[in-house]
Amino acid sequence: MLSPDDWAIVALSLKVGLVAVLLTLPVAFALAWVLARTRFPGRLLLDALVHLPLVLPPVVMGWLLLLGFGANGPFGRFFAELGVTFLFRWTGAALAAAVMALPLMVRAIRLSLEAVDPRLEAAARTLGAGPWRAFATVALPLSLPGVLAATVLGLARSLGEFGATITFVSNIPGETRTLPLAIYSALQMPGGDAQVVRLAAISVALSLGALVASEALARRMGGTRVA
Amino acid sequence: MSLEVDVVIQRTTRRITAHFATGAGITALFGPSGAGKSSVIEAIAGLLRPVAGRIVLDGDVLFDVAQGLDRKPEARGCGVVFQDLRLFPHRSVRDNLLYGWRLASPDRRFLTLDDACVFLGIASLLDRRPRTLSGGEAQRVAIGRALLSGPRLLLLDEPLSSLDAARREEIMGVIERIRDDLRLPMVLVSHRADEVERLADSVVALGD
Repeated sequence: MLSPDDWAIVALSLKVGLVAVLLTLPVAFALAWVLARTRFPGRLLLDALVHLPLVLPPVVMGWLLLLGFGANGPFGRFFAELGVTFLFRWTGAALAAAVMALPLMVRAIRLSLEAVDPRLEAAARTLGAGPWRAFATVALPLSLPGVLAATVLGLARSLGEFGATITFVSNIPGETRTLPLAIYSALQMPGGDAQVVRLAAISVALSLGALVASEALARRMGGTRVA
Repeated sequence: MSLEVDVVIQRTTRRITAHFATGAGITALFGPSGAGKSSVIEAIAGLLRPVAGRIVLDGDVLFDVAQGLDRKPEARGCGVVFQDLRLFPHRSVRDNLLYGWRLASPDRRFLTLDDACVFLGIASLLDRRPRTLSGGEAQRVAIGRALLSGPRLLLLDEPLSSLDAARREEIMGVIERIRDDLRLPMVLVSHRADEVERLADSVVALGD
């Protein structure tokens, strides 16, 4: 059975993961829309930048976050004035998870937007809908299963985030020690094996559940094309 | 009603020119497949931007390169029945029919949902999803959706091409009643001489 300590770790991980995903979703949707629907010079570069966290060593991503969002970083100072600090805080863990989840979410949302037939929106225009209304009443609902799938996938990725998190906000019990960091810590500790087994089992269950849910949602995308 | 079309449309591999003026009733755009009939329909509806020329509907300039004028599709008042119908798959037949009706200003509407159901014989389909409809049913729903949006001109792109003989007869009857009962002007794309001969009040030949 899970100890109170285990439960606290799971609760912290879920808090960090959910905040990360909610933070990322609007950004990922906007980026996915831009990449799926617009053509402009520099689009390839934007595409590459979005995917950078997917291929960059996570420790480098964590270090970049330290530079940007640390106490002396330009963004860090900006957010400090708003009363939000990231360093050694769970908010920093959420930010690291958000950045690492971004590429996966953009990819999934972009695929679902590209699967919506633009000819349906053209039909909506001839029926009197402006471009935004056509998007909101046709493309958005048709891509919704894909957006939900992306959200679940992003949550799963956030729950597994390790390298950028430990580099950026360290491994502080109760603050930044999420599931993977707790497993890592337990592995270093004599007699921590039992906790490793319990936490690893939770990780597997959460990840598997997320993947199944995400796949089931993505399947619902079928049949939205006209022809 | 009067419609003047004088446009040059550039598609990837070829250039289409259309030059005609027409009035009330049914105007057929007739020509072999690949002649660009559908492109002309899309240009009138505002979904395709010609590289040159102008389009004027009832003295209202919809498009004019010289003036830099290009009215948005939602502001043109042209209903379209697409060859591939384009019914919204995530909405019921009722919501498909009412999509344009809800967006039209009350003075533009000339049918209610009930009128359209009687006119087209689709009352029993209202709660169905588009993918469950037969070809003829879907065709009638697509016509109803366009009519309910209160257009001043109806554009029909090969509305009979995918139907069997009995359904064709049925839809031709519907088109004639739109002309005679609703007195709505139409531009009809067809590649078949028999359809054109039966339906058209005037014919515009497109081709090389």
